[in-house]
Amino acid sequence: MKRKNTVAKLLLILISLFYLIPFYVVICLAFKLQSDFSSKWQFPGYLFLQNFSRAWGSGHLANAFKNNIIIVVFSLALIIICGSICSYPLSRYKTRLNKFIYSLIIACTIVPGLTILVPLYQIMVNLHGTSTYWSVILLHLTFSMPLVVFLYTGFIGMIPRELDDAAVIDGLSRFGICFRIIMPLLIPITITVIIVCGVGIWNDYQFSLFFLQKPTMFTVTVQLSMFFQYNRNEINLVAAGCLISAVPLIALFIFLQKYFIKGLASGALKL
Amino acid sequence: MSLRGRASKILNSTLALDILCIPVLFLLSFFIFYPFIRGLMISFTNWDGFSQTKDWIGLDNYGRMLADRNVGKIIGNTIIYAVGSTIFQNLLGLSFAVLLDKAIKGKNIARAIIYMPVMVSGLIMGYIWYFLFQEDGGAINEIIIALGKQTVRFLSSGKLTVMLITAVNVFQYCGMCMIIYLAGLQTIPKDYYEAAAIDGAKRTHIFRRITLPLLMPSITINVVLNLIGGLKLFDVIIAMTNGGPGYMTQSLSTMMYQTYFAAKDAGYAAAIGNFMFVVITIIGMSTLFTLRKREVEY
Repeated sequence: MKRKNTVAKLLLILISLFYLIPFYVVICLAFKLQSDFSSKWQFPGYLFLQNFSRAWGSGHLANAFKNNIIIVVFSLALIIICGSICSYPLSRYKTRLNKFIYSLIIACTIVPGLTILVPLYQIMVNLHGTSTYWSVILLHLTFSMPLVVFLYTGFIGMIPRELDDAAVIDGLSRFGICFRIIMPLLIPITITVIIVCGVGIWNDYQFSLFFLQKPTMFTVTVQLSMFFQYNRNEINLVAAGCLISAVPLIALFIFLQKYFIKGLASGALKL
Repeated sequence: MSLRGRASKILNSTLALDILCIPVLFLLSFFIFYPFIRGLMISFTNWDGFSQTKDWIGLDNYGRMLADRNVGKIIGNTIIYAVGSTIFQNLLGLSFAVLLDKAIKGKNIARAIIYMPVMVSGLIMGYIWYFLFQEDGGAINEIIIALGKQTVRFLSSGKLTVMLITAVNVFQYCGMCMIIYLAGLQTIPKDYYEAAAIDGAKRTHIFRRITLPLLMPSITINVVLNLIGGLKLFDVIIAMTNGGPGYMTQSLSTMMYQTYFAAKDAGYAAAIGNFMFVVITIIGMSTLFTLRKREVEY
């Protein structure tokens, strides 16, 4: 038994090291001078920070971060409101109509936004929605709904019905039960929703690329892809840009790891 | 009954409560169902994406797809991205999960490290691996040179490149798979294992007869999610090769994007999109139903 665990331990160490390789190489590159032709595997003996300031400045990353934050915050707020209120009737009252609505929403999980890109883009052009925050926010909202409704209905289904009955005796209407009794109980699953959807929206490339074409509206990923195109030969600069863009979420993950893993696991189990 | 009483009764009915679903239904209708129908219409025209006029050309766009020899190759690539990602993500994800399910010191750190790439955008992950695979001075070719071998053109050699992009996708989302399997493993009651151990069952036997069947729900989620994820893979391809050289590493999604925005061929792009939709729906649904049937109750 003891020996088996040693083997497992060794394997885990090897896997972890392998997973760290790409991050290590990027860090090496980001701190190196452009003129430094030493091996990519060798950590520079100095820390050249100008790559970061140049990437931040000429990559217009400050503005991109601002755009990202606005889009993520508003999308999440709307996702939580629309998703939770929609899930209450679907989970509590399984009428034929509600069952139909539920299946309709869940079936949309399978539709990737990409397949209907052409007409979506056309609709947004007609609504004068290209290069606006609201167009991307509404799209993120729409395409996260299937998963979010799924998570919320599953969670509400586990809240004891006796709670509703007690509230009825106290004279609350069904709307009252939804807003006063059920909503406050949804905090744990809401954390899962924030994590799953928040990461997806922050890292999104497709929707931002298609619908935000004005440079001042670029999100971090789009800005970075532009930056890469212009600075293909200055790898160290691009590496610094990549690092700046990836670090916020990684840091968040390291500090809130427990919540991430727990939230994801509990969400996944209900899938 | 007074008017007020009746009004409040209607307001309190289950049907009235469905008002709460209206925002979501509106969003889905306006941004999924309506565009889907409109996309069907566009695919029957030769519209260029911006001019006011377009002609009805029937099924020509679909005929063009069938006749286009690149499309066959691109569909092949898309299948490799989807099936390759699904197989390896699940194999590795499950192995990592089984390893991490043991009581080993430092397993939380390993779990965090394996999960970390999930937090990074696919685009950035693609760039990071680009630095490693680059032909000229890439980190991996550096090692190959040091070993005295010829450098490999990782990013421009057809099938090999397609497989490398698949591998990067596996590397990135393996952690997600692993977490779902870990959560699944932890729901299996420990007494099952104890009972099997008392009966003298072998480890492989226990894994095949207890662990795997009871993990079926997690397997279903992972397989379906990875298949869909692979079929619509986009940002990693754009970052590593931009679909090139030529059409060598394109998938349906990158092809559609370029047909629309670069070639200004909206009708054709819509046809590709609809084709993708049908493929994803058929593959997704049929996998879901076959796997669901194999789930056991306990």
